[in-house]
Amino acid sequence: MNHAEVSRADERNPELASRVADEYRWGFVTDIEQETVPRELNEDIVRLISARKNEPEFMLEWRLRAYRHWLTMREPTWSSVHHPPIDYQAIHYYAAPKTRTQPKDLSEVDPELLRTYEKLGIPLQEREALAGVAVDAVFDSVSVATTFKDKLERLGIIFCSFSEAVQKHPELVRAYLGSVVPYTDNYFATLNSAVFSDGSFVYVPKGVRCPMELSTYFRINARNSGQFERTLIVADEGAYVSYLEGCTAPMRDENQLHAAVVELVALADARIKYSTVQNWYPGDREGRGGIYNFVTKRGDCRGDRAHISWTQVETGSAITWKYPSCILTGNDSVGEFYSVALTNHHQQADTGTKMIHIGRNTRSTIVSKGISAGSGSNAYRGLVKVLPSAANARNHTQCDSLLMSDHCAAHTFPYIEVKNASATVEHEATTSKIGDDQLFYLRSRGLSEEDAVNLIVNGFCKEVFRELPMEFAVEAQKLLAVSLEGAIG
Amino acid sequence: MLEIRNLHVAIGDTPILAGIDLEVKAGEVHAIMGPNGSGKSTLAQVLAGREGYTVTAGSVRYLGQDLLALEPEARARAGVFLAFQYPLEIPGVANVQLLRTALNSVRRARGEPELDAMDFLDAVKAKLALLGMDEGFLYRAVNEGFSGGEKKRNEILQMAVLEPRLAILDETDSGLDIDALKTVAHGVNALKHPQRAVILVTHYQRLLNYIVPDRVHVLAAGRIVRSGDASLALELEDKGYAWLTHDAESQPTPAESRP
Ligand SMILES: Nc1ncnc2c1ncn2[C@@H]1O[C@H](COP(=O)(O)OP(=O)(O)O)[C@@H](O)[C@H]1O
Ligand SMILES: [Mg+2]
Repeated sequence: MNHAEVSRADERNPELASRVADEYRWGFVTDIEQETVPRELNEDIVRLISARKNEPEFMLEWRLRAYRHWLTMREPTWSSVHHPPIDYQAIHYYAAPKTRTQPKDLSEVDPELLRTYEKLGIPLQEREALAGVAVDAVFDSVSVATTFKDKLERLGIIFCSFSEAVQKHPELVRAYLGSVVPYTDNYFATLNSAVFSDGSFVYVPKGVRCPMELSTYFRINARNSGQFERTLIVADEGAYVSYLEGCTAPMRDENQLHAAVVELVALADARIKYSTVQNWYPGDREGRGGIYNFVTKRGDCRGDRAHISWTQVETGSAITWKYPSCILTGNDSVGEFYSVALTNHHQQADTGTKMIHIGRNTRSTIVSKGISAGSGSNAYRGLVKVLPSAANARNHTQCDSLLMSDHCAAHTFPYIEVKNASATVEHEATTSKIGDDQLFYLRSRGLSEEDAVNLIVNGFCKEVFRELPMEFAVEAQKLLAVSLEGAIG
Repeated sequence: MLEIRNLHVAIGDTPILAGIDLEVKAGEVHAIMGPNGSGKSTLAQVLAGREGYTVTAGSVRYLGQDLLALEPEARARAGVFLAFQYPLEIPGVANVQLLRTALNSVRRARGEPELDAMDFLDAVKAKLALLGMDEGFLYRAVNEGFSGGEKKRNEILQMAVLEPRLAILDETDSGLDIDALKTVAHGVNALKHPQRAVILVTHYQRLLNYIVPDRVHVLAAGRIVRSGDASLALELEDKGYAWLTHDAESQPTPAESRP
């Protein structure tokens, strides 16, 4: 590892960190040594990442094809978000906690890391295990600990880090990697394909119902390290799995790029429920710092009657650029998208979904709730496309915006393309400002202004929250409450 | 319990209340009547702490405190309850959720422990039974898609659950059929207590067949032009407001009476 260098993770301005950390509860930095590769991007870096992970030849080739394709691409400019240019040469493309070997159990894990997760409230220990959550925790780029693996293995369910899947189940990775999001897909997904460092892998065999929620927490810690996670979930025929993704990041003074890819494959009669609560560092009140979150999430209902639902609660990041989508290939397949996106201060969110109807009698539902506070800007961008083959396709889209202040903004960009006359596509949109009358009504019942705001916001988001697993819904409500403190105005 | 002295209230530059004097003692029921636009809702909203009104003169004391200095939620926690003339809709928020959050806020302020979900549900069901209301009410979104009568009954349910010291009902009887009217009357009568008081703002004497007030006041053009016992309501039923309103108009208008 001639390129490897060691850098300390806590070179931040302590004064600023402590000032802002009060406001961003998860804004701490873990003091451990990091192993990183130099800040640059070229074929050697791609080879180094692949070699470092001991990958088979097909992986290296795939990465290199992606890298070469990326060189021919330009950063997209069509979204409504604004940010200073990103210097892709000034990013560490690989960062791992400096431990020699993969830990076998929690006692082998760096105690500093475990304390970090404790602060985040991630259930790693046995008592949390009772809650039925299996956690594949990702610290920067390498999975640190995986629980419940044995129990899942008995059912034939594979739930492990992407790196491990590449080693142990190369045939599955080879069959499905890039089959939903090809390496040529878009600028950020292509970059991810070239340099992704780790992520999660799930395979649920035929007819198996995964008995617990599978959950991954991502955490960005190393300075200037882009995060390029890759998640691949495959539900074989008749299988069911519910997957939770939760994210927090420590306070950062510099913007950090995050370009993840998530691919879901549901074969005939399979169902995948994918839920995200995202509260990455959004930047400070003046709009400095925060995560740039450019994510490609896509599911393919590859078999008949397959069903994929995306549920997301987005409260973090300086910039969110994210369109979880469904390709409804199988006949009678179903795609759903339930989203709450909140922007406060100077946050920008450009999010939405794509529903591509290919099979007959395919159905899709889109419920998007945008909340804008402070000077936040929130855009919904949705595409409903019905191909000629999709006889009797149906879509219902509901797009609601709630404005909390006079300086925030909400935009809706629905794109509808229908190429089959038997299709039914409905779109409803509303915009409302949180009402003084409503607030007064609730306060006159004894609620504080804050409780009143939270109640109204929770009511507004109800159709989305009820799609979340119970504990996650509670967490999402708390997160909204924290994000909205002092948001009225 | 409540002492209103020389209360003058304006909206922007327009004076609405022009010197209200009213004293309500614990255990009493007062009715405030008067034509549309006379300022009844303004008085009720000012007592509950609605923003947007300017108190240009006068004072309001409630249980020895300066009521006007308190935030709306502090008034609620101190036992003031306003049944709105036009209750608001809170989409997506179940009635039961609002009731529980409200009751626990009030209980915390009283130094009482919060009720857990089971105890709370028992308490609420007892109130529903008392009012002859359906349990289904609890799980509907607050006032969303409610008929006028359902909204009014919902206000009474909230009142019954919160058990206020001072309940102000702003035309809760308007537009109700006879059954709903009886529910409202029943709720108010069940609340009656030597330590509590009720102000009924009403337009018609109909409700007063079921709730007998200790005092009746007639509000016209922003001031109380006549006070009396329950028989005044009957007299108004006969004669209408014109004879009193005429009196009011012969006095200086609110604008002229401003200091
Ligand atoms: N927001 C407002 N701006 C200006 N005038 C108002 C406003 N609200 C009420 N008013 C006026 O105040 C007066 C009293 O209204 P209100 O208190 O609602 O009367 P009541 O309840 O007795 O019918 C009316 O003349 C009404 O037009
Ligand atoms: Mg009125």
